[in-house]
Amino acid sequence: MSELKEVRFSAESEDLIQNLIKRYPEGKQKSALIPALHIAQAEYDGWLSVPVMDKIAEILNIKPIEVYEVASFYSMFNLNPVGKCLIEVCRTSSCWLRGANDVVAHIEKRLGIKDGETTPDGKFTLKTVECLGSCGTAPMLQIGEHFHENLTLENVDELINKYKTETSHSKYLDGSTFRKY
Amino acid sequence: MARKILLEHIDVPGINTYDVYRSKGGYASVEKALKTMNPQDVVEEVKKSGLRGRGGAGFPTGMKWSFLAKPEGVPSYLVCNADESEPGTFKDRYLMEYLPHLLIEGMITSSYALGANTSYIYIRGEYFYLVRILEKAISEAYANGWLGKNILGTNYSLDLYVHPGAGAYICGEETALLESLEGKRGNPRIKPPFPAIAGLYGCPTVVNNVETIAAVVPIINMTGDEYAKIGIGRSAGTKLISASGHIKKPGVYEIEMGITVEDFIYSDEYCGGILNDKKLKAVVAGGSSVPILPADLILTTANGEKRLMSYESLADGGFATGTMLGSGGFIVMDESTSIVQNLHTFARFYHHESCGQCSPCREGTGWMEKIIHKILDGHGTLEDIDLLWDIQRKIEGNTICPLGDAAAWPVASAIRHFRHEFEEFVKNPSAQREVKYYFHCNNIDTAAAYSSI
Ligand SMILES: Cc1cc2nc3c(=O)[nH]c(=O)nc-3n(C[C@H](O)[C@H](O)[C@H](O)COP(=O)(O)O)c2cc1C
Ligand code: SF4
Ligand code: FES
Repeated sequence: MSELKEVRFSAESEDLIQNLIKRYPEGKQKSALIPALHIAQAEYDGWLSVPVMDKIAEILNIKPIEVYEVASFYSMFNLNPVGKCLIEVCRTSSCWLRGANDVVAHIEKRLGIKDGETTPDGKFTLKTVECLGSCGTAPMLQIGEHFHENLTLENVDELINKYKTETSHSKYLDGSTFRKY
Repeated sequence: MARKILLEHIDVPGINTYDVYRSKGGYASVEKALKTMNPQDVVEEVKKSGLRGRGGAGFPTGMKWSFLAKPEGVPSYLVCNADESEPGTFKDRYLMEYLPHLLIEGMITSSYALGANTSYIYIRGEYFYLVRILEKAISEAYANGWLGKNILGTNYSLDLYVHPGAGAYICGEETALLESLEGKRGNPRIKPPFPAIAGLYGCPTVVNNVETIAAVVPIINMTGDEYAKIGIGRSAGTKLISASGHIKKPGVYEIEMGITVEDFIYSDEYCGGILNDKKLKAVVAGGSSVPILPADLILTTANGEKRLMSYESLADGGFATGTMLGSGGFIVMDESTSIVQNLHTFARFYHHESCGQCSPCREGTGWMEKIIHKILDGHGTLEDIDLLWDIQRKIEGNTICPLGDAAAWPVASAIRHFRHEFEEFVKNPSAQREVKYYFHCNNIDTAAAYSSI
């Protein structure tokens, strides 16, 4: 178990979650749970620890179990630490038809890890995922909010080289994604 | 027969911005509806148009809208289904990325028809970059008075919000989507009650696909009767088709329903033919859930008629020799594709995406994936093929939501039309494994890929 540090979201995240709650009717603040977990995950290194989930429960005034059961259901929530760069490669039919297995094999070889593993230096995690709506531009992979499409092995190498020196975690969203109401 | 209605202005630079969209006649349907029609008139136009849901099931939209309960003092909701996770489908993404205002305009006109003052766009979490695009477009719509209080000086008010999911195909099923929007796991609800009676927060709710809502805009602009003239028979209008796989020009195409499948695959206007001029082997015509058809049956029906891109023609012959239009996710496979290997990607998908509520689906999808894996691995027996058939039959029709059927149909159709390939795999697995995917991709240098493994 990692030490249970007190979780304090940045003022920006806290403010964003409070603002998101306004999107739902009075008393239905639980609706903000999934967006709030995304914000929490973006702030806390790309994964959701128990203390982080507990803090979300407190903010939304719901029971911790209501947060855990949701966090464990959806594939975009990571319940264990991930590398700074989370590479998600689509492996479903249309991508498979256009060489997704080659992309996965190439990344595994380049990084010396298998699907689901993280490099020892904590830089990269490889995850195969299901169709990401990029089938016409297959094969493809996603890093944070960015789609990388029509991949060649050279593109994949370029991406790996680029993210090697990246110091912050790849994110699906930031403070500017959502409109404030 | 190329006819662009939804994508009429797709090539106009800056059409994703408010000013350009407006200058091309954008938001006219809102003006027409709010100023000259009452909500019931809008519903009537949609009924007359013959528009059918573009999310997969093809249910008549006007009829669905007329089922919406209107109890006193209870709000009703319109929720746009932008979960788009059916493998092979990427049209909603295209529409939202390039024409975000078309969806917003459709949401306003449709919400007005349904008497909804709050509406949500539920979008799959992986599309976060589209959340950014939609939020910007919504801000522009608010700033120009199309959203908010007293729109166009009428007493109609509407707030529109985007809500991201977090990776779960099942949240495309409308009741799972509503659960998810309420902040819960995406477990489909038992129906009845249907969302039209008890949907979001227990209130009357309509859930419609992105493309369905976008189509309301031209319907109101041109009238339902005019829209009904487009297309063929009960397949009114145009449909966005997401074309992928072994074709020369993958992408999203707007077609008038009624063109031939052959034309769609081979003409330069659409897919442009098979990649590297190979032969066509099979097509999954409407997203991963619909039955796969071999080349002869996708091009012509069992009666020898040319098969058309329409709800009726694709379904001609039932499941014995036909398929479904579904979401319009059109996946093309050339002669060298292994049907069993492709099926494995589908079986793995459904196993991964089953919510786990019903045993036939939860257990059956796992069994099917494992048995297909076993066959691919060279340990299959002929009895395994019968076992697969037996399992899919026991899932179909025995589950809470249609995901069970969707998992069963690809397996059933692959065995029905390509049983010999399963048998060959069983008898000579190593030779079959040579039939690999390596030879297909344009982008990837296959020799390099081979040596890197
Ligand atoms: C497992 C499953 C996944 C679905 N996924 C989607 C989806 O991603 N997008 C969608 O619009 N409809 C999807 N549907 C269909 C919806 O349940 C619903 O019928 C549709 O959103 C209604 O809108 P429409 O009438 O405009 O098509 C799915 C259904 C099932 C059973
Ligand atoms: S059929 Fe499958 S996905 Fe649908 S409710 Fe049952 S277990 Fe869940
Ligand atoms: S199959 Fe890979 S993005 Fe759709």
